[in-house]
Amino acid sequence: MTEKAPANKMVSNKTYIIVWLCLLALTATTVSVAKLHLVKYAIITAIAIATAKAGLVVNFFMHLKEEHWVLKIMLFVALFALALIILLTFADTWYRYGLG
Amino acid sequence: MTRNNKANDTAIAHHVNYATAKMGMWIFLFTELLFFGGMFLLYSVFRSKYAAEFHTSADELNIYFGTANTVILLTSSTTMALSIALVRKGERRLSMLFQLLTIVLGLVFLGNKYIEWGAHIRAGIYPHSPGLDLMGRGKIIFFSLYYVMTGIHGLHVLVGICVILGMLFFTAKGIVHQGDFVKLENTGLYWHFVDIIWIYLFPLFYLIT
Repeated sequence: MTEKAPANKMVSNKTYIIVWLCLLALTATTVSVAKLHLVKYAIITAIAIATAKAGLVVNFFMHLKEEHWVLKIMLFVALFALALIILLTFADTWYRYGLG
Repeated sequence: MTRNNKANDTAIAHHVNYATAKMGMWIFLFTELLFFGGMFLLYSVFRSKYAAEFHTSADELNIYFGTANTVILLTSSTTMALSIALVRKGERRLSMLFQLLTIVLGLVFLGNKYIEWGAHIRAGIYPHSPGLDLMGRGKIIFFSLYYVMTGIHGLHVLVGICVILGMLFFTAKGIVHQGDFVKLENTGLYWHFVDIIWIYLFPLFYLIT
């Protein structure tokens, strides 16, 4: 194979295994935190841990870390659009029905 | 196109093909993100409206099944990532083994979902069941969202399994190989995306008790 590899840098198998162990550890954390019944902060911690896990998957398994900056911006725009839709909908429902 | 023709392509053309194929997959995933996003939006609006009902409804889901399925799907993402790394190193047979492992883990995930859904349905909780209709709006909405979101997610897992099965065939035939593996890589991107959706579904449905 003389042609230059077109793909991004290879991630070592060791890195994948470490990421996997981190994901399992975060799962264990989120389950045990849920058992603490932190009424007010339960949902925020659950979402924060889920986002940390998603970050690991996107950066290492989906190789976003090594991707071109254009793709990173595209992903940012997609996530920003989703965040905006959710925020605006909440602004609307809060305005109509109040906070709780 | 035969593989010989492909080998004659210049490295630059190959690079462009590779980059555009991957970008196409990402754009498809953005549409999937907004598709699931709409359901997450419904979930969050109704959860803020029926917080108490959502909490008591989540009690009826089995946290052990949810946790087991999370571990299974995270592991399947790892085997998928490894199968791509292996094909790039020229370890075709080992890559096929890891693709097969990913398929098996996906099937176990669906098997667990089958058992879970079966238990709910036997308990009389399914859309428009006489039992559920008496439980009040909050609970009806929670379980409607539960069935729709985990159902569509399960459908994505099923599609993913079929696509990986195709990749297994391609790898066996030598269509996917060390010098051309973008099909397998795009399959991986899809599989990891489906994994990420589950990463959010799990706490939202199982852990808010």
